[in-house]
Amino acid sequence: MNDTVKPLPRWIDVGLIPIINVSIALLVSGLVILAVGENPIEATKVMITGAFGYDEGVGYTLYYATNFVFTGLAVAIAFHAGLFNIGGEGQAYIGGLGVGLAMLLLDASMPAVLLVPIAILSAALFGGLYAAVPAYLQAYRGSHIVITTIMFNFIASAIMVYLMVNVLINPGQQSPESREFSDAAQLPFMHEIFGWFGVTIAHSPLNLSIVWALICCVLVWVFIWRTKWGYEIRTVGFNETAASYAGIKPARVIMLSMCISGGLAGFVGLNEILGVQHRLLLNFTAGYGFTGIAVSLMGRNHPFGIVLASVLFGALYQGGAELAFEIPTITREMVVAIQGFVILFSGALAYMITPWMTWLYNRLSRSAVTPVEAEG
Amino acid sequence: MSDMISDTATQDGLAGESPTNHLALAIELKNINKSFGAVRANKNVNLPVVAGTIHGIVGENGAGKSTLMSILYGFYEADRGEVFIAGNKVRIDSSKAAIKAGIGMVHQHFMLVDTFTVLENIMLGAESSPLISNSAIEATSILEHLADNYGLHVRLSAITGTLPVGEQQRVEILKALYRRARILILDEPTGVLTPSETDQLFEVLKALKNEGVTILLITHKLREIMAITDCVSVMRHGEMIAHRKTSETSKEELAELMVGRKVFDSLNRPAEKIGPASVVVENLTVLSSQNVPLVDNISFQVRAGEIVGIAGVSGNGQSELLDVLNGIRPVDQGRIVINGREITPDHPFDPAEARTLKIAHVPEDRHRMGLVTKFDARESIILGYQRLTRYNPGMLLDQQVVNDECNRLMALFDVRPHQPEIKSANMSGGNQQKLILAREIDKAPTELFVGQPTRGVDIGAIEFIHEQLLDLRDTGCAILMVSVELDEIMQLSDRIIVMFEGRIVADMAREEADIKTLGLMMANAHDTTDADHGAQATSSAGES
Amino acid sequence: MEDTFLFVVLTLDAMLRVATPLILCAMAGLFSERSGIVDISLEGKMLVAAFTSATVAALTGSPWLALFAGVSMATMMSLIHGFACITHNGNQVVSGVAINIIASGLTAVLGNAWFHRGGQTPSLPSEARFMPIELPFAEAAGSIPIIGTIYKEMISGHNGLVYVAIAMVLITWWVIYRTRFGLRLRAVGENPQAVDTAGISVAWLRYRAVLICGLLTGIAGTYLAIAQNASFVRDMTAGQGYIALAALIFGKWKPWHALGACLMFGLLDAVAIRMQGVSVQLIGEMPVQLIQTMPYILTVVLLAGFIGKAIAPKAIGIPYVKER
Repeated sequence: MNDTVKPLPRWIDVGLIPIINVSIALLVSGLVILAVGENPIEATKVMITGAFGYDEGVGYTLYYATNFVFTGLAVAIAFHAGLFNIGGEGQAYIGGLGVGLAMLLLDASMPAVLLVPIAILSAALFGGLYAAVPAYLQAYRGSHIVITTIMFNFIASAIMVYLMVNVLINPGQQSPESREFSDAAQLPFMHEIFGWFGVTIAHSPLNLSIVWALICCVLVWVFIWRTKWGYEIRTVGFNETAASYAGIKPARVIMLSMCISGGLAGFVGLNEILGVQHRLLLNFTAGYGFTGIAVSLMGRNHPFGIVLASVLFGALYQGGAELAFEIPTITREMVVAIQGFVILFSGALAYMITPWMTWLYNRLSRSAVTPVEAEG
Repeated sequence: MSDMISDTATQDGLAGESPTNHLALAIELKNINKSFGAVRANKNVNLPVVAGTIHGIVGENGAGKSTLMSILYGFYEADRGEVFIAGNKVRIDSSKAAIKAGIGMVHQHFMLVDTFTVLENIMLGAESSPLISNSAIEATSILEHLADNYGLHVRLSAITGTLPVGEQQRVEILKALYRRARILILDEPTGVLTPSETDQLFEVLKALKNEGVTILLITHKLREIMAITDCVSVMRHGEMIAHRKTSETSKEELAELMVGRKVFDSLNRPAEKIGPASVVVENLTVLSSQNVPLVDNISFQVRAGEIVGIAGVSGNGQSELLDVLNGIRPVDQGRIVINGREITPDHPFDPAEARTLKIAHVPEDRHRMGLVTKFDARESIILGYQRLTRYNPGMLLDQQVVNDECNRLMALFDVRPHQPEIKSANMSGGNQQKLILAREIDKAPTELFVGQPTRGVDIGAIEFIHEQLLDLRDTGCAILMVSVELDEIMQLSDRIIVMFEGRIVADMAREEADIKTLGLMMANAHDTTDADHGAQATSSAGES
Repeated sequence: MEDTFLFVVLTLDAMLRVATPLILCAMAGLFSERSGIVDISLEGKMLVAAFTSATVAALTGSPWLALFAGVSMATMMSLIHGFACITHNGNQVVSGVAINIIASGLTAVLGNAWFHRGGQTPSLPSEARFMPIELPFAEAAGSIPIIGTIYKEMISGHNGLVYVAIAMVLITWWVIYRTRFGLRLRAVGENPQAVDTAGISVAWLRYRAVLICGLLTGIAGTYLAIAQNASFVRDMTAGQGYIALAALIFGKWKPWHALGACLMFGLLDAVAIRMQGVSVQLIGEMPVQLIQTMPYILTVVLLAGFIGKAIAPKAIGIPYVKER
């Protein structure tokens, strides 16, 4: 029995190794900062202060995090079904279009109580339907979802440019933006809400969407782990043979999970269009869909992990802006690079250190003399 | 009696005088050991093979034949042991090293690129020039020579994937010969061949032998061993049990050696109340994606309150039969009637409907199908029943109900450790199997289809599982059991069906069966079935 | 009539220029994907090469050193992809996404840190760039009607790298279909086990494919930065890596078919630029976005099996692990 290798305990597998992977990613990012002749420790301090050091910074951090929760959940729910949805960016874009169209159409005739649920519904509907096409092609025509969702990102971008430049542009205006929505078609900012209760906080784009984001986290958790549909999605993701044994139809599961995924991504439109911009414009998704991949990988596809990872990336985005201001040598794109490193080390190389850890763990536990025989 | 045979065989085969030790050895394996995790696939295996002979290796599924050959061909490396080729000790750590040592292998699943021409497949890895055209010229002339010498004619410009399997196999043999192999390993070469293709293959092998090539033939078909080999070695449970000269042994002796004889007391209580037929299968045919029949025009019945055991070496259509009976695979021809529901190609059903018909299924492969290894026990306990209203009183899966259910079934079937939150992967094989049985039997099915009920299960659990199956039968359930373990078949079945190459070769009451005859039937070496087999095979070959 | 002819010739001339990075990238992707490694990171590798070559050209003034540096860095990125996908059996798509994002972020950060121009590199003098090559007699031939015009305006006067790209299609075809290496490469993308049992290392074969992929994306990126343009601009690849991937799929993973797809996509782009604001009879003003999106739409339609069928190499995307 001496030469058998003990498997890693759960706390190392799902706790320690992901933390080490993210640390490697951050370490490499530190090296990049070193390479441009700046002090990584100094930079980290600036970022942390920028992200959490004062009210406004915290507001911005959470505003960014709101987007990442949506896109992170979107990637995660597809992952649970064994699918890789790279199309979050396009689905978010089209989701925002849905919000914008609904508001432009209805904002004069309805009160906020009705407009907000309509906005939520149309974000989900547009994002979900936009994801349904690649899902259908994967489930029933066998075309690979990774490639189709990439293509759909570009198609979404073209649709938006066309609509904004030619159709939805506010007449008599140069930049391709729609008219501003009425006051009823705007989500209140958090500083406004706090103001109603007599609490003064700094102005920031943080708005009511963050509450919806947290509600979505709970709903996704309940859906994935507490309903028969979530159960079937996970079964297909883990083992398609067992799924067909259990009478589950994989094609249907692909459709269901991708529609939900696209709907969640579409909620970025809620935060950006209804919450911050109050009009339809170009490029409001700003790569948040891709950040969702990093967030989901880092959060291990669990809503709780996704919230933590979202806050981390929100802090990176906000701190990165601050960093670019304080140390002009380092631009905001540093955050994008860090995101890439996280995807590399937490995603593609997620198991790189597992053999090392297994070796180390076995060595340490053997020298600690544990005479317990594990027998099944 | 049979115990004695296998004991003496072990002694004179391994420790005493080998019948072959005075001749030049092409291959000698000494003390080969190989484990996969906790499974010891090869235990101290010794194998001498005389140069220029055809040497057969026989054994049941999982006896360790394929592992041993993969070690010889460098696909796996042995944990311990030595390999001698033509008297020299060699280290074979890759296929490259094996090829260099003059070993060629025809794998059971061909190692061919379907989109390539025959010529390209043969050259691959052994091209004589950096340019394909130059290599092709040389290869073509060598191959024409080989084709003439051994009767291995294949059109070199044909696209490999479009050729019939027999010709693809010839490509594999040519591949080995082109690499100047002096030792040729064939792993279950006739499994995919028609009888006439088999005859052609044997002609080729004889021609090769005459040219001094040493051939290792791995098979479970004793008839072929008797027909073509010079010597034969028998493996069982990872060990080399015996070596024999083919001329000095018989099918009967080999079958005994292969199957062995475990001590078993007759646990079976005969069925008391056998009811009407509740599963009727008529002229059922299941085709592969290449339209090769996997289940070939079979008919049988299972009555309420009896256990029908399907014996056979695995890969003879049993798995496909189970899949069809549970709605996982469609019926291609023929019909099935279960509980009055008729299933035909035009009226298919699916696993979800099967469950509503009170059909339960314990699949052969619990890791691939029976449970999700990454699920908790309490999640695996509802697999397939996840939509039952009693688990879903509202929108949500009721955790309390599911947890209680898991606790109840774990207690009832003595699943250990008794923890609903344990990961399915972290349970032992026996406990996983008990969990699945608990899930299926608890639904009080009227039909149970069970594959390999005790594969990889510890002794204590085997007895428990057998008891459960017999109890279920006595409640009036119709049980169809597929097993490669003859002991299990003999112990539990009220009736026994033997399957070979997709067909039923025997259907008898248990009292009429004995383990020796069953072993012969499974290897298609039973005399009364020979003629039958030949006729059927020829007719099916003619159709395709 | 004369005008229409010249318009067509000039559009085709623009098509060649636009298609060049697509062709190089499509051939790069062909090597990688034919060996069984999915490569959605053509975009990122091209971007890294563009940045590196523009930087080195700005610092040394040598386009050749710039080319070398661009190719080296793109190859480095390829090796990271290989390390993740071949050595560690990582998810090939995830690795590709990571490389694209790293490339986008890193080039912007480094560019800004080194040159302080908002991510742009300094504008290069013509000595530091690859300039168009006038083919012999182009000026003289220009006076000959039709053939002369085609020769002067369309065939001559391109950048050397344009001719390299066209030659690369021939070389790719020759390597893939006529050499031992190509035979093995195709085999490993279809059935790696067959290659392994034939005594050839699957990993080493795939690493070589990935290295060639890096080399070609490196040339493509260098072309963008110091031949077609005179500096690096943030995210200057602008999705061309993905269009090349689409062209590769559209060309069913075959060199000449992929060339055709690249030229078609290049033509669409050239037309889109020339048609901007132009009103066409009967149709009215063509939305430029529609033409620019055609590559993606066509690829989706093809993948869905509505026009022909694109059959990928059988083992693509699956890490090679021996059984058990």
